[in-house]
Amino acid sequence: MSLADTLPRRRVWRLPGADGVIPWILPVVILIVWQIACSTGYVPTRVLPAPSDVVLAGWKSVQSGELIRNIWVSFWRATVGFLIGGGIGFAFGLANGLSQLSDKLTDTTLQMIRNVPHLALIPLVILWFGIDESAKLFLVALGVFFPIYLNTLHGIRTVDPQLIEMGRIYGMSNGELFRRIIFPGALPSIFVGVRFALGIMWLTLIVAETIAASSGLGYMAMQAREFMLIDVVVLSILIYALLGKLADSASRVLERLTLSWHPVFQKH
Amino acid sequence: MQQSLRVFPSDVAFVPPTALVEQARTARRLPEPVPTFTSNAGGLSLTIQSLRKSFGDNEVLRGIDLHIPAGQFVAIVGRSGCGKSTLLRLIAGLETPTSGSISFGEDPRAEDVRVMFQEPRLLPWATVSSNVEVGLGRQRSRSDAKVRAEQALAEVGLKEKRDQWPSVLSGGQKQRVALARALVSHPRVLAFDEPLGALDALTRISMQRLLERVWREQTFTAILVTHDVSEAVALADRVLVIEDGRIAHDVLIDIARPRQHGSADLAALEGSILGHLLSAGDDGMDG
Repeated sequence: MSLADTLPRRRVWRLPGADGVIPWILPVVILIVWQIACSTGYVPTRVLPAPSDVVLAGWKSVQSGELIRNIWVSFWRATVGFLIGGGIGFAFGLANGLSQLSDKLTDTTLQMIRNVPHLALIPLVILWFGIDESAKLFLVALGVFFPIYLNTLHGIRTVDPQLIEMGRIYGMSNGELFRRIIFPGALPSIFVGVRFALGIMWLTLIVAETIAASSGLGYMAMQAREFMLIDVVVLSILIYALLGKLADSASRVLERLTLSWHPVFQKH
Repeated sequence: MQQSLRVFPSDVAFVPPTALVEQARTARRLPEPVPTFTSNAGGLSLTIQSLRKSFGDNEVLRGIDLHIPAGQFVAIVGRSGCGKSTLLRLIAGLETPTSGSISFGEDPRAEDVRVMFQEPRLLPWATVSSNVEVGLGRQRSRSDAKVRAEQALAEVGLKEKRDQWPSVLSGGQKQRVALARALVSHPRVLAFDEPLGALDALTRISMQRLLERVWREQTFTAILVTHDVSEAVALADRVLVIEDGRIAHDVLIDIARPRQHGSADLAALEGSILGHLLSAGDDGMDG
């Protein structure tokens, strides 16, 4: 029993399920205003199609199977590119965080490469890979690599040295030290890297697909622009927004599951 | 604000019952309950011969000779920077001596010598009971690890917190978990590096009682580094005063236990030890 428990709880005005609804109020209001603005002719549909037109265009393209195929292609590219780039970044982060030799050998080089905007490599990448799948995967992997590398490295370097000393005193082997202290200690920072990387992943993919692709969401948007299908253009932009939100939510769920010990994630 | 309100009273509320039970037990001459720990062969004796330690040009310890009999409770006091923590780290094997030797009565296993620091050093991502299991050292993969961790937690009165994260515990509770972690392997030498330095006054006194109780039950050799002379005379059989890397005074505290906090005998001893420390310090300032 503590003092705070004996105090009367302050009543908070709250609707059932309100926490889940509140974040979606603003997007819904924007949609409604948009629809009204288009229906009344305040915004000409050549500039911005009404949401209902966008939904219609989406429905048509679902029926033809084109939308699903394009989403799948983009999703596949994003995932594979993320896994390759993230995996390599994580491996380098671990190696350089744990071994001084590896750090001395590679960190300077990596920092130099990091300062080249990876999208500036697009002309070169097209020359190397054409507009093949590998071109997109390469760009996504390169973009994702750095946030994950830097944050993994930072996470490992900032693990409390007192905890590491404690682990050694209590007879932990190097493997155990890593598994029980260094990796869990670095995890919050690694997740920061993952969320940065997810943003860069979509950005890179959109740019790569609009410039050099023959399938995918970015390609769909570019094709639609050629034929002045503005509803399809808006549709693909909205789908990007949804996919980005989805990726972010997935990483949050993962964070919550693995970092339940962290005071930030504890509900009292 | 709310956090501090919440944590502090629960900590204080916890103390009196155990203290009362202990007082009642001694008053009625009840037999001590069977310790939940099957204690080992008791403490290890410790012999230190002409021990020196330098860090670069800075000689921190300048020849320490010391024998600690098995099971003794020794407190080491001194001004900050006198080398008392270095001595403790050497005994615990965290540093290697520049010259001289430290030997135990028998060859200790790794689990026989344990250290408790000023900071609890708990793993924030492990539950309280997993944190205690860390203390089992190489035995932590054995099947009885969970049971032993629970016994150790019961010993420090935190059994009901075993599935909590350390971040929800108060400072005193965290330090008790650290004590359970140090105790779980039944050490024969337990070194304390100012373990109560960061605690508030009330929690400090209850922790001192807890330390004394587990020491009496488990009969390990205890070495306590502290800057608090009253804590040293309240707990220890013997107080060593370290000045300039040498043992300047070796004072036997021959007062029966349980000792009454603030009693005249303790106060007199505390005064004379403080006198030593202060006069030495003044000399240092004059010179």
